[in-house]
Amino acid sequence: MADPAFLALSVLTIVSAIAALELRSLVYGAIALMGTLGGIAGFFLLLDSPFVAMFQIAVYVGSIAVLILFTVMLVRRELIFTKVEDPRRRLAGVGLMLVAMASLGAIVVHSGISGITTEEPAVDFRAIGADFLVRYWPALILMGLVLSGAVTGAMVLARREDTEDDQRAS
Amino acid sequence: MTNELVDFTLVSVALLCVGIYGLAVKRNALRMLFAVEIVINAANLNLVAFARFVPDSGGQTLALFSIAVAAAEVAVGLALIIVAYRMYRDIDVAKFGTLRG
Repeated sequence: MADPAFLALSVLTIVSAIAALELRSLVYGAIALMGTLGGIAGFFLLLDSPFVAMFQIAVYVGSIAVLILFTVMLVRRELIFTKVEDPRRRLAGVGLMLVAMASLGAIVVHSGISGITTEEPAVDFRAIGADFLVRYWPALILMGLVLSGAVTGAMVLARREDTEDDQRAS
Repeated sequence: MTNELVDFTLVSVALLCVGIYGLAVKRNALRMLFAVEIVINAANLNLVAFARFVPDSGGQTLALFSIAVAAAEVAVGLALIIVAYRMYRDIDVAKFGTLRG
């Protein structure tokens, strides 16, 4: 049976995920998204994977959420607070979410994985380092190239070429 | 370890469905990016959970790769949103009309 830390974390994660999508202000939505990402890091700690949890906090909570917050601040004030959506579409979306949740949940519960627990020791994080450097080193180099290419591409995309009429909307 | 594998998988399913709801309903480009983040995190949670119960280090390695690639995706996505905002003065995806068929 799940322990209280797990239950608290799951409530925090799912509620803040819904809040990230439903809160009126995008700034509060971004902060709620930070809650979701931090909750996932807590799950990683519960799963005895402190290295991945640290990486999650450093990359997601530390950099991605801050990047999103800055982008939100670049957007005009009235766009942050307006929510344009079709009520019928929203109702259909909630229905789709509930149906998908029920069906996927039923599949998961009735599959063979229910009841699996483990008493084995957790994987040592040194094994992850060995994986990276021995087995997956081409993928590691490729990932570095992809990251630097993506960051360069993002900078080229977001570079402003005309500076005359960008500051007027605020 | 008192938690079962199925608990983590159920949380992951719930997050995935919340993300699908956001992608289906929201028209704000930033909210759609939030929803994509939630879906990616649900997938990462699944990877690490199965890696813990096997147990094997490969799942955590793959989760780390996934986190890094997601970081690149967010950087490019935010840059695209900034460019679209500069072009249309709006972040409503229904108003981005240049590539519309």
